[in-house]
Amino acid sequence: MTLAEILASLFPEGHTVAVKDGLVAGDGPFEGGRLRVIGVDGDTPLGIEGALDLAGHVLDAVRAGDKAPILVAVDSDSQRMSRRDELLGLNECLAHLAKALLLADRHGHPTVGLLYGHSAAGAFIATALATRVLAALPGANPSVMDLPSVARVTKLPLEKLQEMAKSTPVFAPGLDNMLAAGAVHAVLDPGKPLGPQIRDLIASLPERDGRDRLGRERGGRPVAEEIAKAVAGQVRAG
Amino acid sequence: MAAIVRDRLSWYEASARQRLDALLDPGSFTEALGPAERRMSPHLPLFDLPRAFDDGIVVGTGTLDGRTVYVAAQEGRFMGGAFGEVHGGKLVGLLRAALDRKPAAVLLLLDTGGVRLQEANAGETAIAETMRAITDARAAGVPVVGLIGGRAGCFGGGGLIAGTCSRLAVSEGGRISVSGPEVIETNKGAEEFDSKDRALVWRTMGGKHRRLIGAADAFCEDNVAAFRAAALTLIAQAPAFDLDTLEAEQARLRRRIAEFGDCRDAADIWARLGVNDPEAVPAMDTRAFDETVARVKEATHDAR
Amino acid sequence: MESLTFRHTTRKPLPGAKPQAITGVVASGNLEILLERVLPSDACEVAIETPIAGYGAVWEAVVADFVARAQPGGVRISINDGGARPDTVALRLLQGARLLET
Repeated sequence: MTLAEILASLFPEGHTVAVKDGLVAGDGPFEGGRLRVIGVDGDTPLGIEGALDLAGHVLDAVRAGDKAPILVAVDSDSQRMSRRDELLGLNECLAHLAKALLLADRHGHPTVGLLYGHSAAGAFIATALATRVLAALPGANPSVMDLPSVARVTKLPLEKLQEMAKSTPVFAPGLDNMLAAGAVHAVLDPGKPLGPQIRDLIASLPERDGRDRLGRERGGRPVAEEIAKAVAGQVRAG
Repeated sequence: MAAIVRDRLSWYEASARQRLDALLDPGSFTEALGPAERRMSPHLPLFDLPRAFDDGIVVGTGTLDGRTVYVAAQEGRFMGGAFGEVHGGKLVGLLRAALDRKPAAVLLLLDTGGVRLQEANAGETAIAETMRAITDARAAGVPVVGLIGGRAGCFGGGGLIAGTCSRLAVSEGGRISVSGPEVIETNKGAEEFDSKDRALVWRTMGGKHRRLIGAADAFCEDNVAAFRAAALTLIAQAPAFDLDTLEAEQARLRRRIAEFGDCRDAADIWARLGVNDPEAVPAMDTRAFDETVARVKEATHDAR
Repeated sequence: MESLTFRHTTRKPLPGAKPQAITGVVASGNLEILLERVLPSDACEVAIETPIAGYGAVWEAVVADFVARAQPGGVRISINDGGARPDTVALRLLQGARLLET
């Protein structure tokens, strides 16, 4: 689905969500209140200005104190790769955006990610992965790094990686593998109205960060949950 | 004698275990899921790669000046200190325990290239879990202090974790960025970033630049005593994780882009910050650099 | 990856009472060595995981020399190798034994 189709499905009565320089912001009527939308559209890389713009919208929402849900719609590139972005502290700006979303969550705003295109690396962590629950639409294509780049870095033949990718969700790009890792909670049905599907996600928000449990259940991250529990148990006992 | 050796140990040269051993009160460290438990990566054998008994991160508890702290130290020489499944799970487990046990602080000895590509999805997700767990701990009043000065620097998702900490101490070697020099060069060309220009790397991502622009809160000489002193100071000055702090951070970062967004080089920023002789910054010793930092108002703040 | 295991009988136990020690880092040209005092006092076992196959005879010689010199009775030694040279291996083994003795 395109962003326009998503917004039309979510807000049949209309909305104020606009896209400027690949950055998405606005809101629309939802379940008797408002649903705020921020995001990145058009495979746009996320740089320092974009991260702060989006964070500003999130902090405005927290300041408003209405506890309205926040939808983070993402079709982004990775972080913007440039000397200038790093010089001016891209790590701080991306972390700031993630922190703003995590703060909004703490202040009672349900935060829902919606992955409808690409996303990768730092941009993925700062946006979709900083929400309480992350949904995707079929065709979404999250990754950490594409296989040719993985081949270059790991010095393994691309053909071997492609073969391994079929049976090894832990490293391979793509929605199925991010689902298996527990990073993506659910895939929505584009054939049905999105509003009720988002409403249902909000109604059953996980109490705590259960992504490692999902990763174990789905087999994409078989040991993370057990490791975290073992460490926490030993540390608490010590 | 032993104390002097510990204090003077080079942070950059030391291993993760040596750093922890020398940082904490002698004999106070208790490791969780230590090497003898052999909780190694289940994935690296598929790539025919050697594993480490601790998967490149040492986690546990200890005391710092008598107070209980939780600690995690990444080993930058094993797989570049990168986040794999076990590695990330250990850090997440430590932070989750900190939330209910409330130690005096959590110290993160970050030394990482980011996500371990052989376990990319697990590493990426673990970084997101780590950031959520850090903000949970901070909101519960537990300071989370990052100490950065290792061989691998602090790149990729590690840079985002650094940006989530309550406070950061860096040394000259503590490079912090999201895209590393090689990544920028590979994707955008050597005209954008010449990764072989080491002076450029240090100027753009190194500890001194990060300290001057307020991206880090303390600058340390490359030894354990300096990091220990910085950790103690920073634990006592941790900002709250709340709306006021984040609005202040929003304003701080906006102001930085407005004031320095047209600068091509770190030295241009330093000049505009009021540093008298920006060209002299890279060669300054710690004392001269601290005096310079003291005159830069942007360097010290609670907006993190 | 290649796995190798060597078992030796020693004339005496390694002095000291420390139950375990670890030294080194798995990195290119380096290795980590985990020593655990878990065997009968006249036994030593060395288990190696190495990414470089075909050097069993060299490992065997380095380990035999170490056992003869250090007499690490009672100790199980586990090695994760990152492609270390024999002299580095020998040095780390002696370092590890010394750590366990102190």
